[in-house]
This record gives sequence, structure tokens and C-alpha cells, in this order.
Amino acid sequence: MSGEAERRWHPVASQYDVVPRHVFWGRLLGRELAVWRADDGYVNVWENRCLHRGVRLSVGTNDGRELVCRYHGWRYASRTAGCTYIPAHPADAPARTICNRTFPALERYGLVWSGEEPDGEPPVLDALEPGGAFALRGVTVRAPAEMVVDALSRHRFSPTDLIGAAADGNGPGPGGPVTVTGQDRYHVVLRAESADGGSASTAVFFAQPADADRTVVRAVLAGRPAPDSRIPVWRHHNTALTQLRDAVEAEARRRPPPEPMVAAIEEVPIHLSEVPEPAPKGRRAGLRVQVARKWPVAEDVAGFELVSIAGQLPTFQPGAHIDVHLPNGLVRQYSLTNGPGELDRYRIGVKLEPDGGGGSRSLHENVRVGDVLAVSEPRNNFPLRRDAVRTVLVAGGIGITPLLAMAQALRHQGLDFELHVFARSEDHIAFAELIDGLGESVTRHIGLSPSETGAALESVLAGPGPHEHVYVCGPGPMLDAARRIAAAGGRTDDTVHFEYFANPTDIDDSTTFTVELARSALSLEVPAGATIMEVLRANGVEVSSSCETGACGTCRVAVLDGEPVHNDVYLNDTEKQQGGEMMVCVSRAGGDRLVLDI
Amino acid sequence: MTVMATAEAETQVCTDPVIRNQWHAVADLDEIRRGELRTLLLGEPLRCWIDSGGAARAAAGPDREIEVRTDYGYLWATLGKPSGGVFDVPETREHDRRTLNALTVGIEVSAPRAVENFLDMAHFPYVHAGVLGEEPHTEVAEYRVEERDGELWAFDCLFYQPRAAAASSQAVLAEYVYRVPHPYSAMLYKSSPTDASRMDAIGIFIHPLTATRIRAHLFISVLDDVSADREIRRFQQGVIAQDKPILENQHPKLLPLDPRAETPIRADRSAIVYRRWLSRLGVTYGVIPAAEGVRT
Ligand code: FES
Ligand SMILES: [Fe+2]
Repeated sequence: MSGEAERRWHPVASQYDVVPRHVFWGRLLGRELAVWRADDGYVNVWENRCLHRGVRLSVGTNDGRELVCRYHGWRYASRTAGCTYIPAHPADAPARTICNRTFPALERYGLVWSGEEPDGEPPVLDALEPGGAFALRGVTVRAPAEMVVDALSRHRFSPTDLIGAAADGNGPGPGGPVTVTGQDRYHVVLRAESADGGSASTAVFFAQPADADRTVVRAVLAGRPAPDSRIPVWRHHNTALTQLRDAVEAEARRRPPPEPMVAAIEEVPIHLSEVPEPAPKGRRAGLRVQVARKWPVAEDVAGFELVSIAGQLPTFQPGAHIDVHLPNGLVRQYSLTNGPGELDRYRIGVKLEPDGGGGSRSLHENVRVGDVLAVSEPRNNFPLRRDAVRTVLVAGGIGITPLLAMAQALRHQGLDFELHVFARSEDHIAFAELIDGLGESVTRHIGLSPSETGAALESVLAGPGPHEHVYVCGPGPMLDAARRIAAAGGRTDDTVHFEYFANPTDIDDSTTFTVELARSALSLEVPAGATIMEVLRANGVEVSSSCETGACGTCRVAVLDGEPVHNDVYLNDTEKQQGGEMMVCVSRAGGDRLVLDI
Repeated sequence: MTVMATAEAETQVCTDPVIRNQWHAVADLDEIRRGELRTLLLGEPLRCWIDSGGAARAAAGPDREIEVRTDYGYLWATLGKPSGGVFDVPETREHDRRTLNALTVGIEVSAPRAVENFLDMAHFPYVHAGVLGEEPHTEVAEYRVEERDGELWAFDCLFYQPRAAAASSQAVLAEYVYRVPHPYSAMLYKSSPTDASRMDAIGIFIHPLTATRIRAHLFISVLDDVSADREIRRFQQGVIAQDKPILENQHPKLLPLDPRAETPIRADRSAIVYRRWLSRLGVTYGVIPAAEGVRT
């Protein structure tokens, strides 16, 4: 794919084909495109094919922020085309980067431009003023682009003034000379004059090579016709172009049909073609972001907006967090508060913890607008199921951050939820304006004592209905209380999801034991004072991690044999009893041997 | 950059011996009783009729009489030499069942894409909303797929369904068993709403006109003495009418057997096994075979 046609920009749609909440089916060089505008104005040009089972995305739904495939409801985010949700597996965050193919998109002269691998920019034509150009509707001609361009160089039409003045609006007007004032392989610039030379109009006719035998003519007038003459002008050009189309098609039918263009569909990466999903390894800061905004969002809480320095920020799912690598060498996790499809920036909230290790202080005191930070790709260990009939979100203090992302996703999808915000005072509610935007679904619980908090949780978590899920994030004591109350009220572990900020467990690391790695056939000694993770890494075995304190769940590993001692706060009690998984950053062996599935 | 070819020039005539040597359900017997049928089979012209002695006959190409069978209410024809009869459908021997062809529908898609759709539960809440599934109940629980005596079977398939059959009036967690006895045909069994101890059977028997155009026959064998034939037909017609536009918007129309052409998830286990099985059988018609040396 590197012919001249592939390296150019071509029009693929008119701006009025790309209307809100619609997906336009475009075609360029034999490739089908799904062209759609998100509610924030961003125009997406994607391969018109769902990565799952090949269904055209142009028959899917544009929900304003995401494109939803019609076959199995996979959701793809605006901008990145990254998959954010797979309904058949509601409990899984798509850990794999499933990303549809995107093509560059730009709007100019009332047209949407794209290309296979375009160089530079769409053409700039002196004849057209950026603000004054008036694009007409595309006309499809079943003929190769060069035949169409050739015919266009002899095309005739009347100056706009004359059409507007014609009584019935259909009359071609008195014919005057039409001259070619510019031309290349894919466009012709024509200037039409009236017979008396009193008026003249210029129009550019772009030929969009949809396929070898199909071309879309997209005409752009220099200068907008007066509002009352728009319909006659449109009719006049439509009639003229229809005549051109009929003549060119008749000629094309006399020639042998050209070979169809075959647009190559990219293969999916090898790890996506198989069902088991490897997680990204290590604790890596793969992204560089710049602080675009820093502002107080509540008492002792600073909000940060992080924008990409180069390229597009990766897709995230509600509940996801990023690792922020701080100038002082510390690494901290912060949940993204973004709503679906908001991929122009990441928004986090940082609570000042004066007694913490200095991570939040560094962000509060040293990091300024314009600073560059290293962050990890978003990782989701707190995935939101969307197959609940009702979802209850319970936030304590800064625990609002992941739940805010969830609430916006649920609200946008029209799913039933309630958000309970517990805070010391109104001034302690972070991102209050975003919470206000969630309307009726929010209940605020302000300034409650621990016993009042318990009572409020009792009523919030009372009487579980079928297909209900609860998500809790907040300080440790509140989480413990919520888990206890939910269990006492009859909610099962698999319907109550929680995220701790930190792991308060006192860890006894005086034991020594052996870990056997089933897949790599290694047997390693874990001495007192060292963690399994440290031993694995020292022996060259890669392990993903994020918090490294047993709170986030990134380093979880399947246990094939042996009994783990769980020191984490990520797994729930049922999962801990089953002993099928463990966090290698903090958990250890109960006996002298563990067999792990790595 | 490695790529998947998408050219789908309609193969005029099938040269794939595996598919030529199958029995294909080319017509509902009632259809040819009403008059001679002129159609295509695997890209060749096909003519089916009932002769004066009442026997069903078929001729392919310009005028080559070919072997036929009549089983389960359909005319089965072959362009090659099948090694045996049509796969067994034991339900047809249970006389308290209602057995009928619910409908025959033309679809612009390859036969294997249609079989995969028939095996797929994850699309119920989206394509058959309010009938075979309903948001937010979208989860596909883990299920088992096995190969038995040269056929594929999927067991323990559970799915939340608001109205699983013509005779059901309330939501159920429906249990399905799927069976693929033929590269271009599949069956499903699900708990009967009228007799919980037995299973209704539904089959899709595909008549491949070309590599990318089919007629699908929906075979029904149900324990339902409440619904009229008309209601059963209307229910199945409604379901297929929802699948048809999706199938016709799959690109490419041929089923790609290269594992890197599409992205499977755990819910697609039966499709993954089906694709591997087609590769192993050496099927090349209706599919884009994986390139030489690619592990499927
Ligand atoms: S084909 Fe798009 S979600 Fe399955
Ligand atoms: Fe279906």
C-alpha cells in the first residue's frame, strides 16, 4: 500500500453525511469505512468492520461517545477505536488491547478527508476560502476516477447568481464559457461565466476514488449562495452532474471492467487470535503526559488533567487506574474519573495525605501545569459489570474517583444505578460539578459519625434484589463495614466489589518456602524478608504489578498447588478460601511449597 | 504487513471434494410438490422435480441426473459420492413430536457464517432483544465443546431468555445443547417449555447456492401441542428476519479460518472449534482457508 493514491488525502464524506448519532458508510480505494462524529465534534474514520466477527460497524449505533456493534454489543471508544466492553463477559475488563483500525480524519471545505497513509495535509486550493466554501451532495459515478476527472474538465454549469435569479430554479441560465483553472489527478477547478461576462462562479470538483470502478464526485462552490437560492443551486448542479454521470457510465460500460481494488484487512495481533489473554507485564510507565490543568476540586484534593504529548491516549474502562511516576521516584495509583469516550485527556483527583509516603505531597506541592509526567497505560482491576438490573455505587471521600467513571458510563448507557457519596462536608466532595450532572441518581451523606455511617450503609445495602451489584471504594474502615453489612444482608461475595486505597495488613514475612513455576519449570526459594515478586524478578520472570502492596490486583497469579497465606485486600473472602489465585507482591505460602501457573 | 485477502469473486463451481461429497438439503419436499424448482447447488444449475411415479429427482448442470435422498421432509442432493446417508436425527422417530419445516429463507452469506450464527448465544440480547435475550442479561457462561464420532457438540450452554419459544410466556434460564453433524448444518436442543424432561430440537439445514449465497431451511421438532403451526412458523420467521441483515453485513462473506482474521472470546468456543474442524476436514468452499503452515 504505497501507491500515489494511497499517500494522498481524499474526501470520504460531506459534513452533512456525518450527522450526530449516525454512522456513515464510506468507501475509499476499495476499503469500506465507518465515518462517525462523536458528540464532542470529533470525526472518526475507521475500518468498517468489527474485530469480533466482521460485522460492518456502519450498521452499529453511534451513542455519541462510543460505537456499539450490532451483533454482540462490543463497544469501541471514539478517537482510539479501543474496545471498552464485551457484554458476553461482563466481569472481565478487556485486558487485551482490542483496537480497531483508524484512519486519519480532517475536515476542510465542508468535506471529511481521509486516506490510507496520507502524507502532509489535504489539498489547499486558492479558489476556495476555508469559511466560504459550500459543499454539494456527492454523486456516485460507476466509472474509474480518471474517466470522471477527464469528463469533469469538460463539465458545464452556470454561475450561482444566474441560477438564483432564474424563475423556476431549474433553468441552466444563459450559457457562458466555462474554463478549467486548475486540475490534477483527483480534482478539477472550473470557472463559469455568464454569456455577458457580468457574473462568474468558481467550483472545485473532487473525485473520490471509492473503488476501481466507482467514483464519488464531491463539488464545492467557492462562496455560499444566498439562503433562498440554495435549493435551486443544488438542483442545478445535481442535474448537470447527473447528465455527466449518465454519459460517463455509458462510456465506461463500453470498456472492459477494471480489476477491483483489494483493500487489505490487517490481521489481528497473534495474542488476540487465541482465547487465553496474557496481561501486560511489569510496572512500566509507557506514556508521557503533560499536566494541562491543576485545580482544587475539594478540601485537600487537587484535580489534574493530563494530556498526551504525542499520539492518542490509550482506551480506558470505568474503574481503571493509572500508575503515576512522580519526580521524587515514588509510584502512585490514581483512578481515572473520565466518562466514556473522553479520550482527549485523563482526569484524576489526588488527596493530600500528609502522613503518606510523600506521593500526594509531591503532586500537590511540586507538580505544575506544563510539567511532564510518566504514567502507565490504564489498567482495570475494578471492572464494572453492565449486566446488573441495578447497580449501587458507594463512595467514601476520595473513593469517589473510580465510581465517578462508573456512574457516568452507566448513566450514558441508560442503566439503572444509585451513587451514594459519603463525605465529611460539602466542601470535601471532589468533582462536585460532575456529581451534580448525575442528577437524581445521587444521594449525599454528609458529616456522619462512624455509627451514623453504619446505619446509612445498612439502609443503602438492605434487601438485595436479583441481579444487583454493589461497588464500594473508600477508606479501609468504611469498606470493612460495607462488606460486613452487605454479607449480613444476604449479598454474596461475587456481587459486592470493592477497591481499597491501601493495604493495612501487617505482613509476617519471616517464613521461607519454595515456589515452583509450572509453565517455566523453575523452582525458586523465597527467603524471609523477600516477596515472591522480588524473587521472580530477580530470576528474570516478568510479573505485572502496579501498587505492589496487595491492594490493586494487578499481580494476581493462579495457584495450582499449595496453600497461600493471603496478605492482600484485593480478593474477597470466597476467593481467598478457594485459594485459586494470589497476589505475589505480598502473599506468601502457608506450607513449604507453592505451585504457580507462570 | 501481513494481510487477509478479501476478494470474494463468487466461485462459480465448487471443486472442494469434501463439500461436493456431502448431502445438501436443497428443498423442502412440499416446495417441489408444488412444482419444479430451478435453483443452484454449489454454483451449478440444479433442477428438482417429482416424477410421474411420485419420486423426487434432481439434475445438475445442463442435464446430469444426480443422486438424491428424502429425509426429514427435505430433498437432499449431492454432486459427489457421499460415504453414507444423511446424518441421523433421532427425534424424527418420536411420534409425539411436531416436525415441520418452519421456513426457507435466502441469505446473502456463506454457509459457515450462517452455521456460526446458529451456534452463537452472545448475540441474543442484541439481535433478538426481547425474544431470545434481553439487556442487561448478556453474560455467556462457560460451556463445554466436544468432538464425538466426527460431530461437534456443545454442552451446558445456559442463557437468560425472556421468551425462548413460541409456547413460553416468561423469562427462563434456558439450557441449550448444540450439535454440528455436517459442515453446513447444525442442530440445537433446548428444554421444552411444555415438557421439562425432554428437549425441543431445531435444525438449520443449509442449501449452498454458491460460496456466498445460501437458502437456510429451519427444521423444527417440538413437543408443543398448544401453538399452531402458523405460530411456530411466525416465531422462527421473526427470529431469522433479525439475523438476516446482520449476516448480510458480515465482511468478508466467506468464513475466515485463519485464527488471526477475527477476535474470538471465550463465548466463541464453539465457533473456534467449528473453524478448526472445518480446517481439519479440509473444507475450502464457503471459507477463506488459512494459509499453508498456519496453525488453526
Ligand atoms: S461482530 Fe461486532 S460485537 Fe460481535
Ligand atoms: Fe440469531
